[in-house]
Amino acid sequence: MKIAESWLRDWIDPDLDTAALTEKLTMAGLEVDGVHIEGLGLDGVVIGEVLEVGKHPNADRLSVCRVSTGSGEPVEVVCGAPNVVAGMKSPFAQPGVKLPNGLKLRKSKIRGVVSNGMLCSAAELGLGDDSDGIVDLPADAPVGEALTAYLGLPDGIIDVDLTPNRGDCFSMLGVARDLAALTGTPLSMPAIEVVPASIDDVQPVETPLPAGCPSFAGRVVRNIDRSARTPLWMTERLRRAGLRPIHPVVDITNYVMLEFGQPLHGYDYAKLRGTIRPRPASAGEKLVLLDEKEIELHDDTLVIADDSGVIGLAGIMGGLGTAVTDETVDVFFEAAFWPPVFMAGQARSYGLHTDASLRFERGVDPQGQVRAVERATALLIEIAGGEAGPLSHVLNADELPQRRAVVLRRERLARLLGVEIDGDVVGGILQRLGLRAETVESGWAATPPSYRFDINLEVDLIEEVARIYGYDGIPQTTAVAETPVARIGESEVDFDRVTQTLIARDYQEVVNYSFVDKDIDAALTGRPSAFELSNPISSEMSVMRGSMWPGLVTSAAANAARQQERIRLFEIGRTFHGSLDSHQEVHRVAGLAAGPALPEQWGSKARSLDFFDIKADVSALLELAGEGCRHAYEPLEHPALQTGQSARILRDGVEVGVLGKLHPSLSKRLDIKRDVYLFEINADLALVARVPAAVPVSRFPAIRRDIAVVVDEKISVAEIVDAVASTAPALIRDVKIFDIYQGPGIEAGLKSIALGLILQETSRTLTDFDADTVTTSAVRKLQQDFAAELRD
Amino acid sequence: MRALSELVEAAASDIDAAADLAALDGVRVAYLGKKGELTLRLKALSQLPADERPSAGQAINAAKAQVQGHYNARRQALESAALEQALAADAVDVTLPGRGTAMGGQHPVWRAGRRIERLFREAGFGVRSGPEIEDDFHNFTALNIPENHPARAMHDTFYFPDGMLLRTHTSPVQIRAMVEEGAPIRIIAPGRVYRHDYDQTHTPMFHQVEGLVVDRGISFANLKAVLHQFVEAFFERKIELRFRPSYFPFTEPSAEVDIRWSEDKWLEILGCGMVHPNVLESAGVDSEAFTGYAFGMGIERLAMLRYGVTDLRTFFDNDLRFLRQFR
Repeated sequence: MKIAESWLRDWIDPDLDTAALTEKLTMAGLEVDGVHIEGLGLDGVVIGEVLEVGKHPNADRLSVCRVSTGSGEPVEVVCGAPNVVAGMKSPFAQPGVKLPNGLKLRKSKIRGVVSNGMLCSAAELGLGDDSDGIVDLPADAPVGEALTAYLGLPDGIIDVDLTPNRGDCFSMLGVARDLAALTGTPLSMPAIEVVPASIDDVQPVETPLPAGCPSFAGRVVRNIDRSARTPLWMTERLRRAGLRPIHPVVDITNYVMLEFGQPLHGYDYAKLRGTIRPRPASAGEKLVLLDEKEIELHDDTLVIADDSGVIGLAGIMGGLGTAVTDETVDVFFEAAFWPPVFMAGQARSYGLHTDASLRFERGVDPQGQVRAVERATALLIEIAGGEAGPLSHVLNADELPQRRAVVLRRERLARLLGVEIDGDVVGGILQRLGLRAETVESGWAATPPSYRFDINLEVDLIEEVARIYGYDGIPQTTAVAETPVARIGESEVDFDRVTQTLIARDYQEVVNYSFVDKDIDAALTGRPSAFELSNPISSEMSVMRGSMWPGLVTSAAANAARQQERIRLFEIGRTFHGSLDSHQEVHRVAGLAAGPALPEQWGSKARSLDFFDIKADVSALLELAGEGCRHAYEPLEHPALQTGQSARILRDGVEVGVLGKLHPSLSKRLDIKRDVYLFEINADLALVARVPAAVPVSRFPAIRRDIAVVVDEKISVAEIVDAVASTAPALIRDVKIFDIYQGPGIEAGLKSIALGLILQETSRTLTDFDADTVTTSAVRKLQQDFAAELRD
Repeated sequence: MRALSELVEAAASDIDAAADLAALDGVRVAYLGKKGELTLRLKALSQLPADERPSAGQAINAAKAQVQGHYNARRQALESAALEQALAADAVDVTLPGRGTAMGGQHPVWRAGRRIERLFREAGFGVRSGPEIEDDFHNFTALNIPENHPARAMHDTFYFPDGMLLRTHTSPVQIRAMVEEGAPIRIIAPGRVYRHDYDQTHTPMFHQVEGLVVDRGISFANLKAVLHQFVEAFFERKIELRFRPSYFPFTEPSAEVDIRWSEDKWLEILGCGMVHPNVLESAGVDSEAFTGYAFGMGIERLAMLRYGVTDLRTFFDNDLRFLRQFR
């Protein structure tokens, strides 16, 4: 909400400069987002009168004007504004002036004609954004007077960011009231002049749904002057609050709303038919709004209807059919109290957001309707004349919000805030906030004023006391708490170690959005996502990822496009599985590597990354699960990966992850022109650690026996190793693979595997005979199971 | 026959003259070897009269020891010279880079996030988490934000067709943790949150750390203390804090916290307050017996201030040239 400082100071003028005033508001919870000082740099801008307007000899769109500046001879000025006419009064900037937009004025020739200054638009003066034409000042503006003196500038436009609980502050009155409570400075609101009725016209109003309309004040004003214009003092205040002048009746309703926070509506009385009835809409009813849009109503919306049908959306916007126009001479003012519960969400449901709906949703003073109508009537008669009928007020008193006394316990106040505040201070704060506070044994019983919708509980009072007392006055006290020793499971996945492991292996951590492109996700997971957002930011962020890979490959592609040759990324995050009504979020560790295996360097030969580089990284990660956890790899067919270069990782027979080479057709589609290797591990399954259970180290030496066998190339090394190990599980400590060979000397379709058997006993030294026995049986097993041939 | 002293002197000069270990060994053989001069003299002792033998023997042995000592010293000197030479030939250009792979790095958001986690863990806070796809109850209703509450408009929420949503804050973890563990409780909950907002200063996903302490007698003064300590610990310097009254439906009194960044500049860094009694009750905690505070901070915000990052969006561009600055 924008508040002109000059206007606020008319209501309350504490002895504080602008900075101190805004600081005061901010520190009381009325956060000042900023203060814009309007009207700086306008020295030398005076009110000019356009005496004559002639055509510019060399330019169709320019005119040459003679302008009186109040002193000396009238000057000749070139003007480009379409609205310039003789007799007009407008701000005139003399040569030498530097305007707020940075323009420095000099006496200069424009297309051959000397211009001795400039007639200014509002935008050029920094007074709003209207740049369509020069400012049209009232006819009685004194020629030659400094514009700043005339408009009451400079003025600070204070932008207050109100929190949703403080609907009562959406007005001069509201802000001034809080400022009065904060500073103790008295509040001087404008006197409400009661206009006596001079005619008998009354607009009949009935409230068939009293709960929806506890209070409805109205008044007819007839025979206003159609030619009346809203006075400058009012349009200036409206402008500084961010509102454009529209029509005197509309301007007055806006002005009174800004003063008291009570939205009003002015109808063209001649267009009303019969009785006004606020009621719920029937589904399907239609209404053309002031902004000329037609809406279809739902049945939970309150509308204003007359005998002709719906004529307005209660508390949101009036209808076009009964709106005031330049032809309007008879007016009906409405000021009602629409309870927040009926207003909540209504404007939004029609795509609307108005000054009125904002206030009603948050709560308008249920006692403020009569005052607002009186004020509007007085202003209208002052500006446009006319005769007022008697004020009518339909009041369903039972339906007004009840303000009950809330008990504030002294002890609770001190306990929650951690400070003892003197009882008199507390009482004084409650009273200054307009609460009726009685002292009771435990503390106070305080009844909030009608406009405070946010005070219903004891804690609401505690907040009010703290706010006015000042949070700065509350000390800092370290809590003394029992903090039992934390229970941290040693098996829990330790993501710090995961992170450090991958960083040490040259992976850079990235963070990708959890929502990804639907097609990329489907291409990489092989199935459509069950989690499509109803309102995504864009199609590239429309489904929750079923895999970490969409983000990683997208990031890799972006980095490839930025000339990064070697890309190694990892991310820790969640993927989403199952269905919406029972979904699972799985913790994932995923990585991507592309480009050379090593950074470019002098001491190692450059080579491309391959499957086994990334497998080593994955294995290192899996090692975090602890010694003795067996992870097996088996060939995998995966929609995103190249068959023959991809594997599933099993832990105790359960799939816990996959790794492999991104299918070349996908690398191409994603525009990454190199081989991409990916892995993804389910941390919840793969990395839950085994707590070490140590066994004594054997004191006896180990023996090594090497054998080389030739087998069919389709037989996996894992099968060979498992077979060998199974022949003497108690003796074979380890089976090392130290060579794989295919080529000259080995028949096509076969491969040679060289194995190193590490044998050891815990109770004795093994003999050569023991070792030979084990080796022989291992070879025999390989011969039987895989038709292996021993190589010499 | 040369006097012993001459012999010793001659040996010394021969030893000194030996240029390398081979030459030195020749000298050793000549004096101390099986047929060396001193060895021969010892052997010749038997030809002396018995009464002269002890003193002559002593003299020869003394001379021998002298030569041997001289030899040892020379040998050590030559050996270390030889080693020096060999080692000098082995010298490398130490300015050449090391071989093998390089180091990766941690993402700045998590670098800051883990640091925040560590600071609170040290202060006795446990770490909890909750789902990112949340239901309306935990994200709003249980946090005292009923349907149509104006505060819902402050949260631009991503929805799924069945009404489930992406959590807009980490606050639902408060509810889940209190329901599960009851009071007293002392936790933080870091994680991803989502808001339908995308411009220069907003990304649709970001990270928050939620804090919650509920116990008997927890006060606003305690909240002020813990946050001031945290901010100074995080930035590792004295910092002035400002607690500004604000509004969150799930805390009351509520505050936004600003830090003084420069003479005339306050920066908002987090929101906090005393847990609203309705929230305690909706999580099954007796709001008369227990009070508590809660806070929520954006990790990106803190990371930007700490590391001097000026554009929020760079955190999610994953540009390696940017990320490599954070090892």
